[in-house]
Amino acid sequence: MSEAAAAPSPPLWRQLIGFNLLTGIVLGVGGWYVGWFGAHAVVGPSLDYFDDIDYNELSVFLAYLGGVVGFLVGLGFLNYPIARLRGYPPSLREKETAGWTRYFSLCTDHKVVGIQYLWGVGLFFFIAGLNAMLIRTELLTPHSQVFPAGTYLTIVGMHGTMMMGIMTSAILGPFANYLVPLMIGSRRMAFPRIESFTFWLLMAAGTILTTTIFFGGFPTGWTGYAPLSNEANPGMDCYILFFALVGISMCLLGINMITTILTMRAPGLTWTRLPIFVWAVLSTAVLNVLAAPVLIAALSMEALDRTAQTSFYVAAAGGSNYLYENLFWIFGHPEVYILAIPGFGIVLELLPVFARKPLWGYRLAVAGMLGVSLLSWFVWQHHLFVSGINGDLRPFYMLSTELISIPTGFTFLCGMMTLWRGKIRFTVPMLFCLAWFFNFLIGGLSGVFLSDTPSDVSTHGSFFSMAHFHYTIMGGLVFTFFAAIYYWLPKMTGWELNERLGKIHFWTMFLFFNSTFAPLFAVGFLGQPRRVVTYPNGLQFLNDWVSISAYCLGFSMLIFLFNLIWSLAFVRKPAAANPWGSRSIEFQLPSPVPVHDFDRIPVFSSDPYGYGEGPAPNWVAPAGAPAGRE
Amino acid sequence: MATDPHAASGPSGESTNDGMRVVVAWLVLSAIATPLVAIYVGPLIPPGNASVQGQGQVFDNQVMTALITPILCLLAVFFAYGLVRFHAKRSEGMLDGPPLRNDSRVQLLWIVITTAMVLFLAGFGTYELLKDGSGGGQGPNPIAFPANHQHAFQVQVIGQQWQFTYRYPSLGGLESNQLVLPANTTVELHVTSLDVVHSFWAVELGVKADANPGVDNVAYVQTRKPTTFHVRCAELCGLWHGYMFNNGRVVDQTQFSSWAAQAKKLYASIEPYMNKPESQGGAPYSHSYLPAPQRRAG
Repeated sequence: MSEAAAAPSPPLWRQLIGFNLLTGIVLGVGGWYVGWFGAHAVVGPSLDYFDDIDYNELSVFLAYLGGVVGFLVGLGFLNYPIARLRGYPPSLREKETAGWTRYFSLCTDHKVVGIQYLWGVGLFFFIAGLNAMLIRTELLTPHSQVFPAGTYLTIVGMHGTMMMGIMTSAILGPFANYLVPLMIGSRRMAFPRIESFTFWLLMAAGTILTTTIFFGGFPTGWTGYAPLSNEANPGMDCYILFFALVGISMCLLGINMITTILTMRAPGLTWTRLPIFVWAVLSTAVLNVLAAPVLIAALSMEALDRTAQTSFYVAAAGGSNYLYENLFWIFGHPEVYILAIPGFGIVLELLPVFARKPLWGYRLAVAGMLGVSLLSWFVWQHHLFVSGINGDLRPFYMLSTELISIPTGFTFLCGMMTLWRGKIRFTVPMLFCLAWFFNFLIGGLSGVFLSDTPSDVSTHGSFFSMAHFHYTIMGGLVFTFFAAIYYWLPKMTGWELNERLGKIHFWTMFLFFNSTFAPLFAVGFLGQPRRVVTYPNGLQFLNDWVSISAYCLGFSMLIFLFNLIWSLAFVRKPAAANPWGSRSIEFQLPSPVPVHDFDRIPVFSSDPYGYGEGPAPNWVAPAGAPAGRE
Repeated sequence: MATDPHAASGPSGESTNDGMRVVVAWLVLSAIATPLVAIYVGPLIPPGNASVQGQGQVFDNQVMTALITPILCLLAVFFAYGLVRFHAKRSEGMLDGPPLRNDSRVQLLWIVITTAMVLFLAGFGTYELLKDGSGGGQGPNPIAFPANHQHAFQVQVIGQQWQFTYRYPSLGGLESNQLVLPANTTVELHVTSLDVVHSFWAVELGVKADANPGVDNVAYVQTRKPTTFHVRCAELCGLWHGYMFNNGRVVDQTQFSSWAAQAKKLYASIEPYMNKPESQGGAPYSHSYLPAPQRRAG
């Protein structure tokens, strides 16, 4: 998208040959078949000895591992290590690719990776959203009508797994990769190749999960509970590989973010001047690094159970399904805060801009995010209140779960006090941020019922808990995701989005989001468990209401998609450098941000929230700044 | 971005009034809404009064709705007032608000209030849980017992893909696919599974306990008047999970005795197979779910 780098480009056919997505796909397919037939050749003869194996699981695993390796080699991830082994000096030359082809290849420019992430995450968000539409279509009637029961479970599982897997990177992928280096005054991430690696690995993972339909799907939902996953179709292997690869991607993304934020801040950017969004990214990245390995461990044991006939989770052979449940939720609860905390960061980052006031209680806001990040490690057994695991600790987990509302409350207080006596402008990003308060409040207050063990006995595993986490994750993450898109996409692409369409999108989405999920609290209380294909006839009215609202919610996403394509592909109205009047550093740069970000490394003199405290400082080109690094 | 001289001039009378108005409106609204919600909305929330444990949960929900109503009121009043009052007028252009960065009194007040609420909730929930177990599965070694649990009526719930079987040790190991419970009785449910994880959910009784293979998950429930209730599986257990439901009944003692006699007659032909170990031709699971010795979790 950068016209600045418009050198005379070689002909199209020449651009297609080389290390890029096309080569990656070709080698990926090749690697898949190598793994598939290789495993058959090695393991196939021995299958006759085990009469309880009716499918060669190992060949599925090795096929996909071969495919992933081929894909990454085709994209060129081995080039640099090999070059270094052969004695070439260190470089960042992948950054120097120009033109549109860099979006389809290994690129070390953090801005390119951010935009790649945005489209990649958007693609899988769209697929998972279509699955949600299919779920609601089935639930229009109390009986199984549209899909066979197995297909329905696969759709439910794909919706949940894709949303919980890919959307972990919904904000850290596009916006943190793009903005953190800008906000901390660095020209790149600490590990630019690993940055690109996390993106392409996530895309490979998403593709693997989508192909589960060719292997019979999987019946476990996104939690993948163990004894059931042992008996499932080979489609289960796609789930295991998907989540394990997502775990690797999350972990590396987190390491990259932490290293960048700790070591690459520009002069003058002390910890109390760091933008609050960067604090949110840091809190999330810590969770990424520590939680994802637990998931990978749990899934590795599951993979061994399925391929090598171990019995980690088989009770009859000395294993325990509690092992899986514990490991999964030790990952799973920090995971939901990996989804939520970036949303806190975006709300608190945007409110000062549109209330024209400094962020109120900066230290409290930071303490809130770090507190949530810390406490999220001590709550996981609230998912197991009635599981029959040792019950003595239930009062502790009840307390720890309720304690987490204190740091979450800090975010509310800081946001509300920032609005107080401000000069509030209801722009599209601001509307999405204000909706966050409403959605997250409902989500949080319904969480009070779920955290209370006696009340949880009835609500656990019902549509009540399903409504609760859609309010917190869709209401907390997806709304702020759109706030971030409307706020930063003009900066990222250089073109404005249509504001009127944005407002229509917001109001339809907000209205139908609530119309979809609020009735589900009642549905849950009235006894409808999650993930069922049938329900009592008496609940049909509520379910139909929800389904029709869900279609309208899906339609609101199409309004957004139309806005995106219309504004970026047809209207192409150039965006101003600082359309919102922000004091943040990325708005001191032109739109779109030039390839090398800054001519020299900026020197920070304050935090970016000094609204009402005099003219905005310009950190990008201060007089007499020392020469930058790199 | 010029500084607004009026707004930046510190806490003048005008701004103090803003705060007072919000606080007064909040107090008035909460004072009206909280009792109404607690008395009229709280009891509407299921599971209802079919069991003592269900009643306990309804009381919990009542207390919690009463507690969250003032929070909802505060946010509603704050945003309704704040967004209207502090809305930037288009004619003013882009003005800055007052640079208020902190107020340690507000922070302290907020922290104290939220902490007090959280500690109250945790203490209250713990008390309610330990009082009678609240109908939840507690694993093989329960810590919370209802009154008279030593003489509880034992029923075993055996989950398998995709149905529940109920076994009555006091009726000579009678097994049935109907759950029938005597009224006004303390019932001790031993929930287990033969294959994957299920969850036994007696909706109207307010009972839920996961059925894990090889684990005896104990839940207590004290039935009250005769009634009917739904049983559903609440943990995804495979293909026909959505069809894993049936109805149960709570009946008085005489009806229960006659049902037991009928069921015994009905299942007489298979009874010889039920109590034997698998090696002697019994059902494959008949030895694995006896309440004593209890099988320990994990």
